[in-house]
Amino acid sequence: MTLSVCLKHAFDGFTLDAAFDAPPGVTVLFGGSGSGKTTIVNAVAGLFRPDAGRAALGDEVLFDTDRRLWQPPHRRGLGYVFQDARLFPHLSVRQNLCYGRWFARGRRTESFDHIVEMLGIGPLLDRRPADLSGGERQRVAIGRALLAGPRMILADEPLAALDEPRKAEILPYFERLRDELAIPMLYVSHSASEVARLATTVVALKDGRVTRQGPAAEVLSDPQVTPIGARAAGAVIAARVAQQHPDGLSELEAGGLRLLIPRVEGAIGSAVRIHVEAQDVMLALAPPQGISALNVLPATVREIRLGGGPGALVQLRAGDNLLLARVTRRAVTALGLHAGQELFAVIEAVSVAKEGVAG
Amino acid sequence: MGWLGPQEWQAVALSLRVAFWATLVSLPLGVAVAMALARGRFPGHALLNGLVHLPLILPPVVTGYLLLLTFGPQAAVGGFLESIGLGVAFRWTGAALAAGVMAFPLMVRAIRLSIEAVDPRLEQAAATLGASRPWVFLTVTLPLILPGILAGAVLAFAKAMGEFGATITFVSNIPGQTQTLPSAIYAFLQVPGGEDAALRLVAVSVVIAMGALLVSEALSRRVAKRVAGR
Repeated sequence: MTLSVCLKHAFDGFTLDAAFDAPPGVTVLFGGSGSGKTTIVNAVAGLFRPDAGRAALGDEVLFDTDRRLWQPPHRRGLGYVFQDARLFPHLSVRQNLCYGRWFARGRRTESFDHIVEMLGIGPLLDRRPADLSGGERQRVAIGRALLAGPRMILADEPLAALDEPRKAEILPYFERLRDELAIPMLYVSHSASEVARLATTVVALKDGRVTRQGPAAEVLSDPQVTPIGARAAGAVIAARVAQQHPDGLSELEAGGLRLLIPRVEGAIGSAVRIHVEAQDVMLALAPPQGISALNVLPATVREIRLGGGPGALVQLRAGDNLLLARVTRRAVTALGLHAGQELFAVIEAVSVAKEGVAG
Repeated sequence: MGWLGPQEWQAVALSLRVAFWATLVSLPLGVAVAMALARGRFPGHALLNGLVHLPLILPPVVTGYLLLLTFGPQAAVGGFLESIGLGVAFRWTGAALAAGVMAFPLMVRAIRLSIEAVDPRLEQAAATLGASRPWVFLTVTLPLILPGILAGAVLAFAKAMGEFGATITFVSNIPGQTQTLPSAIYAFLQVPGGEDAALRLVAVSVVIAMGALLVSEALSRRVAKRVAGR
């Protein structure tokens, strides 16, 4: 079931004009603040009426301004996880969770016990939202949206209001929604690491326009697409755990390459995604000798994008993977970098941080 | 209540009855009007707001006279009500109508404040969970404003207990029919030797007014706590 969206809306000094398809899996609307991400999600949910546009989930039209069709939000069957959890303060956690279930009568919904167990909110059931921490509130909000039996989950920067440890606590739950429940998701984010961990499809937005859309690995490794700036650019590599070394390193196999990174949990053969930030990748014309970095990968330059400042982004093919390296323009000149050139990408093992790894 | 004479007791009982019915009947209308004023965007919003507040600003005698002009037996509306046996002029129901009209602005203001304190984003969340507009109102808005509604009702009840000007103008001062507590105090003060009875009724008035105020304050504190507790 694919969600297709196309909408136009004129705000004061800002025009939103975006069209994209969200295939099954997690589609992340990726862009900086003011790029129109939230407006798009609110229009899909029915909380915002755009000047013109159309959205359809599979064959079912959610709205179509040309045909004057507008399904009210309560008939759209979409679960919305807001940035601020928006739990009902007058209801207990259990009542909050059951709220949408009651309206979903007849529709298939996930089992209450299963969701409660998956989100680890069993001990909170009799508490009031005011007594919960930010992370707990957001977990309850996820459960409440799921238990309404939605056909798709919409999430508007659900981690933005949380501190780093809370983010690390909540993010795995979204991965479980993707992998265990296989529920389609439209997820808004301005965080490169969230996108790298969650996205199957990325829709990059800038100033109300879609600059690029496609599979996450392609879009994120495209040096032309940096919706939140080159500084935060980085590629996503799909890999498998090949070996667990006794010194705390994991060896991964990714598209014909071997990579060493700090220990990731997972059996041999299990799939992981790693986010390699462009600024952690160095380039060398010859295999460097006597260097502390553990990963030296033969690679080919595919594309170079010179930035407006001193920086440049270089897209590389290493094995079957696409990588991004952020270097200086001076280095591009000094090394005579050009498309098709063979060189070596050097990645320090510890720079692939824990948050950059996802199962 | 041995220390109250029969006429005094009659006035207190009538006032309680008048205030009770005035509050109860105007409450649903008060919630609807408060909702329209707090949330509605429609032509005539300012006019409705002005109309609701009119009894608060006009001299009560004017409101009473306007009621007489509308609901008096000679008036069109009053005549029609009279013909179907629902006439209000010079009856206790008329006193209740006058009290209800005079108390309405206070009730609406209290309820409107509590509605404006409700975060509309909670109502949006309810809609995405499958609740239609009426259900959102019943399951989210109404429970959150309930203390505000109660506070408005208590205020209106206290105001209705004490209403004098509009009542005496509209339905006069007939013992057992339209002689409410303030009308009775007024009547006692007009006759020699009535001061004692008047003082006793004054004491009753003070107790009822203070009680209503305290209850209303406590309820407002609760609404504040409830809406703030995210």
